[in-house]
Amino acid sequence: MEWLIGGIESLGVILVVLTLSALLLWVERKGSALVQNRVGANRASVLGIMPFNLGFMNTLMADPLKLFTKEDFVPANADRLGHALAPCIALFPAIVTFAAMPFGDSVSVAGRVINLQAVNLDVGLLYISALASMGVYGIVLAGWASNNRWALLGSIRGSAQMISYELAMGISLVSMILLYGTLDMQEMVRSQGKLLFGVLPAWGVFYQPVAFLILLTAGIAETKRVPFDLPECESELIAGYYTEYSGGKQACFMLSDFAEIVMVSGLVTTLFFGGWQVPYLDSNAGLSLPGMTPVALPGALITALQVGSFGVKVLFFCCLQILVRWTLPRFRYDQLMNLGWKKMMPIALLNMVATALVILLVEQGR
Amino acid sequence: MSDDKARESAGAQFRKAEATAADPLSEIMELQMGPSHPACHGTIKFHLRLDGENIIACETEVGYLHRGFEKMCEQGTWNQAIPYTDRLNYASPLINNFIFCEAVERLCGIEVPERASYMRVLLSECARISDHLTCLGMGATELGAFTVGFYMNEARELLYNMSARVTGARVTVSYGRVGGLARDVPDDFADMIRAAIKRTNEVLRDSEKLLERNRIFTDRMVGIGLMSQEQALSFGLTGPLLRATGIAYDVRKAAPYMVYDRMDFEVPVGTKGDNFDRFAVRFEEIKQSIRIVEQCLAQMPGGPVIADNAAYVLPPKKDVYGSIEGLMNHFKIIVEGIRVPAGEIYFSGEAANGELGFYLVSDGSGRPYRVRVRPPCFYGMSALETMVKGYMIPDLAAIFGMVNMIGGECDR
Amino acid sequence: MAINSADLAARVAAAVPSSGAECFVTPGDGAIEIAAAAVVDVVRFLRDDPDLALRLFLDVTAVDYQDSRGQIELIYVLRSMVSGERVLVKTRVDAAAPRVATISHLFAGANWAEREVYDMFGVHFEGHPNMRRILLYEEFQGHPLRKSYPYQKRQPLTPERDPIADPWPKKR
Repeated sequence: MEWLIGGIESLGVILVVLTLSALLLWVERKGSALVQNRVGANRASVLGIMPFNLGFMNTLMADPLKLFTKEDFVPANADRLGHALAPCIALFPAIVTFAAMPFGDSVSVAGRVINLQAVNLDVGLLYISALASMGVYGIVLAGWASNNRWALLGSIRGSAQMISYELAMGISLVSMILLYGTLDMQEMVRSQGKLLFGVLPAWGVFYQPVAFLILLTAGIAETKRVPFDLPECESELIAGYYTEYSGGKQACFMLSDFAEIVMVSGLVTTLFFGGWQVPYLDSNAGLSLPGMTPVALPGALITALQVGSFGVKVLFFCCLQILVRWTLPRFRYDQLMNLGWKKMMPIALLNMVATALVILLVEQGR
Repeated sequence: MSDDKARESAGAQFRKAEATAADPLSEIMELQMGPSHPACHGTIKFHLRLDGENIIACETEVGYLHRGFEKMCEQGTWNQAIPYTDRLNYASPLINNFIFCEAVERLCGIEVPERASYMRVLLSECARISDHLTCLGMGATELGAFTVGFYMNEARELLYNMSARVTGARVTVSYGRVGGLARDVPDDFADMIRAAIKRTNEVLRDSEKLLERNRIFTDRMVGIGLMSQEQALSFGLTGPLLRATGIAYDVRKAAPYMVYDRMDFEVPVGTKGDNFDRFAVRFEEIKQSIRIVEQCLAQMPGGPVIADNAAYVLPPKKDVYGSIEGLMNHFKIIVEGIRVPAGEIYFSGEAANGELGFYLVSDGSGRPYRVRVRPPCFYGMSALETMVKGYMIPDLAAIFGMVNMIGGECDR
Repeated sequence: MAINSADLAARVAAAVPSSGAECFVTPGDGAIEIAAAAVVDVVRFLRDDPDLALRLFLDVTAVDYQDSRGQIELIYVLRSMVSGERVLVKTRVDAAAPRVATISHLFAGANWAEREVYDMFGVHFEGHPNMRRILLYEEFQGHPLRKSYPYQKRQPLTPERDPIADPWPKKR
């Protein structure tokens, strides 16, 4: 029975993530159009009978259909196996990271306690950071297997960039681990349910604003989007590592990009913004505003609110990343490296040491 | 079959070079950038030698858009060359039109009515604004700031609509005539221009906020593609590229033509001659052009827009259909072309990219003996090889964007 | 100072006696005509003379007069950074074997301009570091802006070149 529930949850998470990734493409199209005073994608209605525009149908159905039916072009002298393997390697880790992402509290259904998290890992955070760093292999392989110098340049850029920013990301994760004292994501979220000074929800961002900024920045760098889209920037490297990709394989790369956005948003939400926690809503006691007596709510409603809150927060950070992408120009390669190694790394390190010191002092003070 | 062989031999060469190279890190990578590269407009190729991403040497290959403009001009009459000039700098076709007409008029020695001169200045400045908007927008887009590009496109669109209303075409305007303009402007002309200017001002304000104090943008632009004053003069750079180095040279001030001497405007200059100065100079020039446009609208005189000169100017349609002299005049000018007196002239004006010169030689027949265009961005491109040396591939895109190479003009 | 053609011709003739500088008339510009052998000296004089300071390079172009005179005329255009005026320097070379010394070491912009003149007129600039076609392709036959080149002439199609095995520009 356990494996069945786990399987259903995993399947659900994967479906939601894939759909969300495709939907994000539409959000990006419409969002960028909104930012840029344009109309954006407007050519979709079902058989012309729907009274309103169904632009997202376009990206959900027409786009994948189009991409997967296009010719899958492999350049001469390319390494065919590597060329085919690369998009899978890029997409796989981006999706499976969600297994360890808690999207709700545990609920009891028919006497059985179900944890709303596909896999309850004790080392959830480690698992996520380990898988996130897998993504770089897909890029390196794509660039190398394509037998194209632009693709090679893109993959070199990508690997250097992702490895450098993973360091800053990892160090800021360490300070979060120190703070929560656990690697279990569900535990981290639970401990954010308390209140700070009786009013403020005890979200990680209030304890660790620096780590939040670093994680978000490094996260955007991980997803390779403007201002960090150097591995694929079209005005310099044509399309970078996926220059020689078309059809379904290219769709896989695009999908993995968007899945990574969702992943970063999920990570930021879980670590810094209380995950599925709704402020002042307790899983057992119900709504308890500060200074008022708790109002009991039905359990199903609480669960729905919590899952919904996780979704809303994740969407917010997805949109934030899209907004950043349409606002900023991109870095140059060496500037990006400088930022990563000379600025973000030391700051993250200092933050970690400071966190450790404060925790030590607090522990001793007790 | 032979292709396969060639590829094999290239692969063998590569492996041999790999085996003999003592230090693999010191190996120089050769890279063909363009012509089908997103930053190259399909009209240019850079032959790069790279150390990592640093450009050791760059060889530029132009000519992908060569149409034989100068040869074509020699085949038709003088007026038939006007549509060709639209296709030189297609981001600001009106300027090319008017400077060509002005050159022919000076060779013929005919006076243009005041209203036509004012109109030429006004429309030239509108074209300059749209050209700069294109250049800045595309330059920003090449740095990844798409939004600025779209904002600028939006303002440019209004100017193109105005151009379509006045001339009947957005790009291929053919609005100038020897002796004046093809026809007078419509009544709502001033309103359209004011609306376009209003939007341009808003766009400039927004873009300034988005870019001017944006650290990423300034880091990408300041100190990139440096060019000294001496180098710039030696390369024959003009326009914003020369002014960015700090030399306040503008043909509109140095040798005023049309009615530029009656206009009150400043020549913005840069200080260092880097990419940021080029950007800032163009940005400031848009504001100055707006000033000129406003002055023109305020001072615009009435009267005809084309000279009353039967030797060079087509008679009005009323005469063509109503009198035998008019019909014959029309026939002669269309079939034989206008008889530009034998002689030669070098005339230049300030186009959006720099000094656009026309060297015209007439042998007294109805056709040009020689039409030479001095395309400003051709010389900008020749300086590019020097400008990018020592910088990186991303800078090449940025520098190339600021040189504002227009294929139609560079390759003719 | 205002540049007038007669004055300019006298100055150039004094500075570079071998040039045989004469003035000619073109509306609005100072214009002189010199001997082809003296091009480099005259251009250098014009550039370095502090009064004239013709430091802005504008153009090198040509006109084909081979039918009437058997000559090709070269026109060098410079602009003064003192007065903002423009000067045209004209010289003539034999159309049958047009050769003239390059000025690309004096003005960097002349590099491409001379290549274009070579491309279009077949004038060979001696001492030019890179005397190749610029707008047209390597296999193009003839020089299209010569009057003898028929307007509607078609060129044979050239076989596709493998850019890796047979790169162009050729390695020097």
